[in-house]
Amino acid sequence: MYEASIREPLILGDKTVHDITEDICRPIEGKANKYWWWCFSVSVAALIWWVLCVSITVGQGIGVWGLNNVVDWGWDITNFVWWVGIGHAGTLISAVLLLFRQKWRLSINRAAEAMTIFAVICAASFLLTHTGRPWLDYTLFPLPNQFGSLWVNFNSPLIWDTFAVSTYFSVSLVFWYTGLIPDFAVVRDRAKTKGMKFWYGLLSFGWVGSAKNWQRFEEVSLVLAGMSTPLVLSVHTIVSMDFATSIVPGWHTTIFPPYFVAGAIFSGFAMVQTLLIITRKVLSLENYITTYHIDMMNRIIMITGSIVGIAYITEFFMSWYSGVEYESYCFVNRATGYYWWAYWSMMTCNVISPQLFWFKKLRTNFTFTFILSIVVNIGMWFERFVIIVTSLHRAYLPSEWSTYHPTWVEVGIFIGSIGLFFTCFLLFARFFPVIAMSELKTIVKSSSSQAKREFKEEAHH
Amino acid sequence: MGKQIFAIFNDEDVLMKSIKPLRGTGVNIKNVFSPFPIHGLDTELGLARTRISICAFLYGLTGLSLAVLMTWYMMISDWPMDIGGKPNFSYYKNIPAFVPVLFESTVLCAAHGMVITFYLRSKLLPGVTAFVPDVRMTDDRFVMQVELEDAATEEQITAVLIQHGAEEVKEYGK
Repeated sequence: MYEASIREPLILGDKTVHDITEDICRPIEGKANKYWWWCFSVSVAALIWWVLCVSITVGQGIGVWGLNNVVDWGWDITNFVWWVGIGHAGTLISAVLLLFRQKWRLSINRAAEAMTIFAVICAASFLLTHTGRPWLDYTLFPLPNQFGSLWVNFNSPLIWDTFAVSTYFSVSLVFWYTGLIPDFAVVRDRAKTKGMKFWYGLLSFGWVGSAKNWQRFEEVSLVLAGMSTPLVLSVHTIVSMDFATSIVPGWHTTIFPPYFVAGAIFSGFAMVQTLLIITRKVLSLENYITTYHIDMMNRIIMITGSIVGIAYITEFFMSWYSGVEYESYCFVNRATGYYWWAYWSMMTCNVISPQLFWFKKLRTNFTFTFILSIVVNIGMWFERFVIIVTSLHRAYLPSEWSTYHPTWVEVGIFIGSIGLFFTCFLLFARFFPVIAMSELKTIVKSSSSQAKREFKEEAHH
Repeated sequence: MGKQIFAIFNDEDVLMKSIKPLRGTGVNIKNVFSPFPIHGLDTELGLARTRISICAFLYGLTGLSLAVLMTWYMMISDWPMDIGGKPNFSYYKNIPAFVPVLFESTVLCAAHGMVITFYLRSKLLPGVTAFVPDVRMTDDRFVMQVELEDAATEEQITAVLIQHGAEEVKEYGK
């Protein structure tokens, strides 16, 4: 399995197959360190806050939010779109990079896909609570209405969204779990205590890694990747159609689907960076998640960030060029109106900041990447806020122009959802193999530091 | 069924190269267990190509058909409505609006159907006791399962296996 030695090694520190098992299983088998407990306590505190704020919302109705008759989507849908967009990077890494046979995906795909699942859980929580009466949420599905036989409206993008998000979540979940099974078997076979033997035995579904198992496993992974690729693109396309199929100025644009998908990948990769830069330090995975991985992801952030930037400019241009005065007003109002600061935060964070990644020094710097990854996600949050709130607060009738401010309950649910996300991720990092060992082991002979050295030596002889 | 013995290899390439000569000398290789997928091992062992992707295709078709039936029944047949001056009176005129749902249902059924088939066919279910001849087989060792037609040939076959690069040869769980 020769690989050109000018390609950078993907596993550093001369790791053998056995070392990989040891390094990835160590965090599961050992005790959690104090950083983990510290992060976990903060996350759980935020999660409790989330439970409180959601309970207030469900108990009293969405009157406790700052929404009004004009701005009837606010932080709730902003947060939904933000979270579901973040989720996209995980599928991109595990599915699209699999189809392109990018080996650098192997040490980040597991964590990225876990991120997808938790992000979609957060997103779904906003979908389910923004209805105001979550006990009636079953009406989102095509069930006969109990007052007659009225069905859901399949012409509505909101129904498409129900299908897209539920398919995306459940397919991502089985894709992730199927990949986890061989790794659970590794932990099972190493387990010293009775409890570990039992739990990981249960989770590993009796996996043995026979030739037939692996043959099917690879086929299943490939076909799932092939289906997840259009699926992930369809999800944010449909999310964008929640807006684009309406006639609200600023929403009614055909550029939305590709622009939303690019934005989703952009913010998702930023979140992967935020998570992995911390994870590699806390779990000592520096030899597996290397500067090269960070560099590759930064390139994707730079490219998708540029696509997003071009989309903003195109939108602005078209609002003037179309000659529709409502559109023109909407965009000028975005940049100079009541919410100008949100617009310019978005422009700075999403258009200007990723351009800094043209410099290799910055692209390979961990501290800089970490800070920028957070900046990008702040920018992407503002993007959704700008699209939703500025379009609604100045719609067609000047008599109903309004402003919108969130209440502490909405802010609380948002901060709480970050707590929910990190609680899930920290539990994952504690009990699940954070790197797909069984897949990473396949490249030890081609892409590890020792393999590269051997190839070089051979070339000299 | 004859006695089963297990040859442990520490390198997948050695194991791959040994399969043909071992079979040539009459060793009955039943299975190979490995900690990661080895490319080409299935053809080397003579395993039939898996048909699981054909299943996925059929599940996908099922999902698509069900979604067509659902959207047709609910929107066109059972309660056609005139929404925004765009009446739901014929399926082919309304199908563009149903494409997202048709696509999602296709993927939903294909993906879940395939995964469920994979689990059932490979006997992967919670509570199944794993067949583990050697605990290192999920770590860094490759285990070849060999069936002996005649228990008396054990010593001879062991020697052949060792000669072809096996690290050790053992019985189940020992």
